Amino acid sequence: MDTDLSSQDRKDLDKFIKFFALKTVQVIVQARLGEKICTRSSSSPTGSDWFNLAIKDIPEVTHEAKKALAGQLPAVGRSMCVEISLKTSEGDSMELEIWCLEMNEKCDKEIKVSYTVYNRLSLLLKSLLAITRVTPAYRLSRKQGHEYVILYRIYFGEVQLSGLGEGFQTVRVGTVGTPVGTITLSCAYRINLAFMSTRQFERTPPIMGIIIDHFVDRPYPSSSPMHPCNYRAGEDNGAVYPSVEDSQEVCTTSFSTSPPSQLSSSRLSYQPAALGVGSADMGYPVLFAGGLNAAHPHQLIGPGKEGGVPPVPSQPAHGTQADQERMCTPLDGVHYSAATPSSSEDTETVSNSSEGKCGSPHDLLETIFIRKVGAFVNKPINQVTMANLDIPFAMFAPKNVELEDNDPMVNPPDSPETESPLQGSLHSEGSSGSSAGNTHDDFVMIDFKPAFSKDDILPMDLGTFYREFQNPPQLSSLSIDIGAQSMAEDLDSLPEKLAVHEKNVKEFDAFVETLQ
Amino acid sequence: MGGGCWGQSSPWACGCEGPYGCEVAEAGACGCWGLGARCVMRTPPHEALHPHSSTSSGPRSRAAAMNCRAEVLEVSVEGRQVEEAMLAVLHTVLLHRSTGKFHYKKEGTYSIGTVGTQDVDCDFIDFAYVRVSSEELDRALRKAVGEFKPPPCRPQDALRSSGSDGMGQISLEFYQKKKSRWPFSDECIPWELWTIKVNVVNLANEQERQICREKVGEKLCEKIINIVEVMNRHEYLPKMPTQSEVDNVFDTSLKDVQPYLYKISYQITDTLGTSVTTTMRRLIKDTLAL
Repeated sequence: MDTDLSSQDRKDLDKFIKFFALKTVQVIVQARLGEKICTRSSSSPTGSDWFNLAIKDIPEVTHEAKKALAGQLPAVGRSMCVEISLKTSEGDSMELEIWCLEMNEKCDKEIKVSYTVYNRLSLLLKSLLAITRVTPAYRLSRKQGHEYVILYRIYFGEVQLSGLGEGFQTVRVGTVGTPVGTITLSCAYRINLAFMSTRQFERTPPIMGIIIDHFVDRPYPSSSPMHPCNYRAGEDNGAVYPSVEDSQEVCTTSFSTSPPSQLSSSRLSYQPAALGVGSADMGYPVLFAGGLNAAHPHQLIGPGKEGGVPPVPSQPAHGTQADQERMCTPLDGVHYSAATPSSSEDTETVSNSSEGKCGSPHDLLETIFIRKVGAFVNKPINQVTMANLDIPFAMFAPKNVELEDNDPMVNPPDSPETESPLQGSLHSEGSSGSSAGNTHDDFVMIDFKPAFSKDDILPMDLGTFYREFQNPPQLSSLSIDIGAQSMAEDLDSLPEKLAVHEKNVKEFDAFVETLQ
Repeated sequence: MGGGCWGQSSPWACGCEGPYGCEVAEAGACGCWGLGARCVMRTPPHEALHPHSSTSSGPRSRAAAMNCRAEVLEVSVEGRQVEEAMLAVLHTVLLHRSTGKFHYKKEGTYSIGTVGTQDVDCDFIDFAYVRVSSEELDRALRKAVGEFKPPPCRPQDALRSSGSDGMGQISLEFYQKKKSRWPFSDECIPWELWTIKVNVVNLANEQERQICREKVGEKLCEKIINIVEVMNRHEYLPKMPTQSEVDNVFDTSLKDVQPYLYKISYQITDTLGTSVTTTMRRLIKDTLAL
């Protein structure tokens, strides 16, 4: 069949197909990690980027793929399949997709191996990149976290689509003809997401029926774990998994695989060990031991930050090994898995993490503590204590109070000050505190700084301004007794005023004429 | 036999009057009036069959010189979603039509740089897509798509203004340059044309918008699958050029990737249904027919 192919071409073709299979697995798995992937274009060829595409190699995934292939290549009747499944925190799992790399017998003898086949394989990988974002499992994987995680499994041999439920759909990514056969890449994906699998688990009974609440958007990560720590027991099996705080940045993807010989039993056999996977336990380190029994799920992990867990020991030192060292240790000790994108993205995702998880101590330092008098307390003093940057809780430290003196705002019944309140406030920053300022601790309010309100020109910010002017004094003319007095006075003085004005009639007339 | 190339004889049976011929057997059935052909050509490049048509200028040369594969995609989106939907489709097409930078070495061999990719999440659509990691390319596409939305101060033909449902289409054309002798300028011969027809709808309330987010996301998923399907037919692609010819095939102006030469054009139909470029084309055709 391939007598037309020169031996060099044959070798090249085999190499292309092998690396194409490995890269396919990488693309699929990375697309299900739950985070955005970003790789850089490089104008100068590095020599290590197969198919001229920057696709990182996660060592564990390569290892699993090579193990599944076991030195063989996809051929007729022997397809390489990547199964993507979902596992809930209660232990139920469901197959979502099966990606198949198949070879059929239709050969294209005329095609040039080193050029056309290579370029078409590159195009097929690009198509795979596009299609992996389009199937329903992508959105599920982006939201994985406390309720569920996404697993993968690679196997070699016959394609098994029975786990996808009724009415699954297929999408063909593409085909490439080669002199030894036509490579086809396709995906079969589940439609009916509400259907839970009915497989029997050894420890957990299956949950039948619709469990749609597992697939809702996760609320913002809470800092407390959802499950008790006893899932740690499986550590020696490598079956414990770190939690995911935010699906955008952190990937908790449990990966499992099984060797080709255990095809039928593997699904059941790895289930018990996989129980810990859905736990939202925080900061559980996972040991990926290279010598693990293949029936157990494998986990992508980062270097253990908690005691006694060494980093991935037996993987070849790929460039992505460096990813593992770039873990961020957020404040609450959640681990990132090894499958993080490039380092430039790391810092980005870290700094963007929600809820101040990696989060800036600066939030504390910039707080202004305001002691505000209670609404029903007729005490005049407003104290503004600017928190010293070094002492966040300066409120409770020995006081160095700056008063807003002459502040009429808090004393509506008192006679209004002639000094403008603005002026008073402006001076408050610079004024030395008077002694009367430290007596009223009715309640302490931490000032919330309004957005965009920082003003470098005035020493007072919008929040302070607003607070001060929230209680302006009553207009003097509106207060009853004063008003009554002035009314009476006005009425009395009217005749006199009228007489004066009548004397000056001519002046007024001249004035009016100048206006016209 | 039918027309096919502006009145010149054509091997195509459909008899359509568009500038691009096609293989639809039924006369007039394909409806390809230049832009928006629904059929896909599988015949070899036009030049081999119609050498006489390649020297004319104006719309004829553009139309008739080369057999051009054309694909049409239609989307219905809300005004805010236009930009993201367009970018998603254009980036997906360009992902497949970009390679790494070529570095020519001696003896006519060349090496190819690496193309990186990155995920993009849409804000107004429940959708994510992959694009080439090239800021220059992204900027160029954003600029083109940005021009596609006319400012809302002209409500009678603004695509995104409220109160009018607008239609428009944006075309991404891949072409090759063919050097002509002086004084004629270089010809641009298209070999692939993607047309995205956009139908802008106006929605009344937030609930409809939420439904629209999801539906448009699903629709875009289908479009991506369509694009990938076309790409993987492995039909005509320009030959890999020699060093002297590389600028006739590829856009070498970007520093990190090298897409095929492309141009983006658009037309907007106002609510009356007439389009500016259609009118112009009709005028030109009538003039030339005299």
